[in-house]
Amino acid sequence: MSVSTDPPVKRRDFLGLTALGSFLAAVAASVGGMLSLAFPRAFPEPSRRYKIGLANDFRVGEVRRPEGRNVFIFHRPEGFVAISAVCTHLGCIVNQAPPGFVCPCHGSRFDPNGKVLQGPAPSPLPWYEISLAPDGQLQVDESRTVSAGTYFQA
Amino acid sequence: MSQPNPIAGEAHEPPPGGLAALVANLKALPQTLKRSLVRHGPPVTDRARSEAVTQNFFLHIHSARVHRWSLRPSFTLGLGLIAFFSFVILAVTGVLLMFYYKPTTALAYDSIKEIHFMVPAGRIIRNMHRWAAHLMVASVILHMVRVFFTASYKGGRQFNWVLGILLWVLTMALSYTGYLLPWDQLGYWAMVIGTNIATSIREVTDALGITRYFDPGAYMQAALVGGRVLGDEALIRFNMIHCILLPLLTAVFIGVHFWRIRKDGGLSRPPDADAVLGPPPEDCRPVFTQEPKKTYGLMALVRGKSPAVGRGPENTLPSWPHLFYAEATVLMVTVVFLLAWAFLQDAPLKEPANPLVPENPAKAPWYFLGLQELVSYSAFMGGIGIPTVALLGLALVPYLDREQTVSGRWFGGSAREKRIALVSAAFGLTAVLGLETFAIAFGWLRNWFPDIPQIAVILFNPGTVLTAVYMLWSLLVAHRTGSTRLGAVGLFTCFLAGFLVLTIIAVWFRGPNWVFYWWPTLWPTH
Repeated sequence: MSVSTDPPVKRRDFLGLTALGSFLAAVAASVGGMLSLAFPRAFPEPSRRYKIGLANDFRVGEVRRPEGRNVFIFHRPEGFVAISAVCTHLGCIVNQAPPGFVCPCHGSRFDPNGKVLQGPAPSPLPWYEISLAPDGQLQVDESRTVSAGTYFQA
Repeated sequence: MSQPNPIAGEAHEPPPGGLAALVANLKALPQTLKRSLVRHGPPVTDRARSEAVTQNFFLHIHSARVHRWSLRPSFTLGLGLIAFFSFVILAVTGVLLMFYYKPTTALAYDSIKEIHFMVPAGRIIRNMHRWAAHLMVASVILHMVRVFFTASYKGGRQFNWVLGILLWVLTMALSYTGYLLPWDQLGYWAMVIGTNIATSIREVTDALGITRYFDPGAYMQAALVGGRVLGDEALIRFNMIHCILLPLLTAVFIGVHFWRIRKDGGLSRPPDADAVLGPPPEDCRPVFTQEPKKTYGLMALVRGKSPAVGRGPENTLPSWPHLFYAEATVLMVTVVFLLAWAFLQDAPLKEPANPLVPENPAKAPWYFLGLQELVSYSAFMGGIGIPTVALLGLALVPYLDREQTVSGRWFGGSAREKRIALVSAAFGLTAVLGLETFAIAFGWLRNWFPDIPQIAVILFNPGTVLTAVYMLWSLLVAHRTGSTRLGAVGLFTCFLAGFLVLTIIAVWFRGPNWVFYWWPTLWPTH
């Protein structure tokens, strides 16, 4: 059995590759570090959970747009619903118009429950969770969605 | 060079030392200062004209001599220069606007109004900035059209074509990021749509049901908007990108683009350019390459072809003054045109941004409206998928078509190529008009099958169908003619036809809720 005395990688090549590798690693680490600056740990925005008033203040059949929020609150005979007013296509604000909601930007149309009827919107308007705050007011949490048809009974 | 410069004429006796020397130096100061500023004599000889170019930092990106073919306005139409000068005007007016502009949501709108109504010359400066942006986008696109139809991406110029595509993208990005800054309804909703397009990869991850595990859209949103809703974070980001990042990148790549023109041997020209142009005019001394001692040592060495020995006089003129006259003319025409436009028409400024009520219809600037039309079928495909395919296809044209055809002449001077372009234009127009008419009259998949999965709409919508039809047409042309150049002509012409028609439809024929209207007076009023 003959043992080859030639190393598989020459010492000089090995050192060169090591240098190149550490150079690339340093570049990648510093670029990654700098880029991470663009991704904030917390988003500067108001709380996504907010109160909308006492349930008794809503008449059945009433629709409300809480101040500064892009959401529709319906008090239907079945209960309370919070449907997002932000079009799932490209973020425009839908209007309430027949057949239910219409987006002014690219013409998506939704039925009164937010289901896409027509246009480019890829998904239905989400329903947000409604719950009862300790002080008795209704509160909407935009970070939690419920499946369409889930009504909140006050 | 060890020899003293004969033109500068430094033949004085060395003055005595000490104070006398200082006095003599002071006396000579105007002369010596002038000589260090202008290192060549009056540019009346060819040598001084060359030195005027090569010894000047700002001019030496030019070659010392320029071929007469490159100076013909009917060949270049001055489009690249118009784009460059628009960029310069944008940089100057942009810096001036930054004196007053305040990038916060509370102050931005008022500061634009202040610039418009209070600041001396502010209205003209802002109008020029806006219109120069439009002119730059238009001239960059037309410049690309010129380069394509004169086949000037060939003969070593492949990479410069790719750089040109990159500069086009940078131009669009610059224009787009500037749009939000006034924080009015127009810019705000264009930005909502734009940033949502950037996150629209989520449409695909949603359709595949993997958004919970892998959501690149959220990264795009976090990086661009700095949150979920457009606000101060987004405004200051777009301000920085618009005022610092993109202008720097654009300036660097413009430099590389110009540098490559030099290294690729000047603008393209056909082999028979000299014969067509005839002998050089009497008043310019032509460069004879038969006597190597008389060639200009400072002439740029051109890749591929060394200075030819044993040829007749070169059909070049000194850049000083011929090229600079041409450039100065284009600059003046551009400035006068923009000034007149700025005097006659004010840049738009709508109501302050209202995040609760979008514009109806909310339209992007005209050069994005073709995309917006596609976006109205699928956000991801119209906003990311098709543009990426189109840009990649354009960038790869010089590598997929490597035929040695005549470059530097419109349609290669070939009637066949012109005919293919015309036929392709007719086909491209028919295809895009037919598809749009069909979609407007009969709707698309979801109108017929309300419960169709979203992935089907993403993959199969008027935009993707149009792209596929154009690609097939180009393959068909390449196959039938046996020429990749003609295939490329087919594809490029179709691309232009599609871009044009989609843009026109979106600009003039889309009304509230993006519904088709024949005329804006038919829009419902409310």
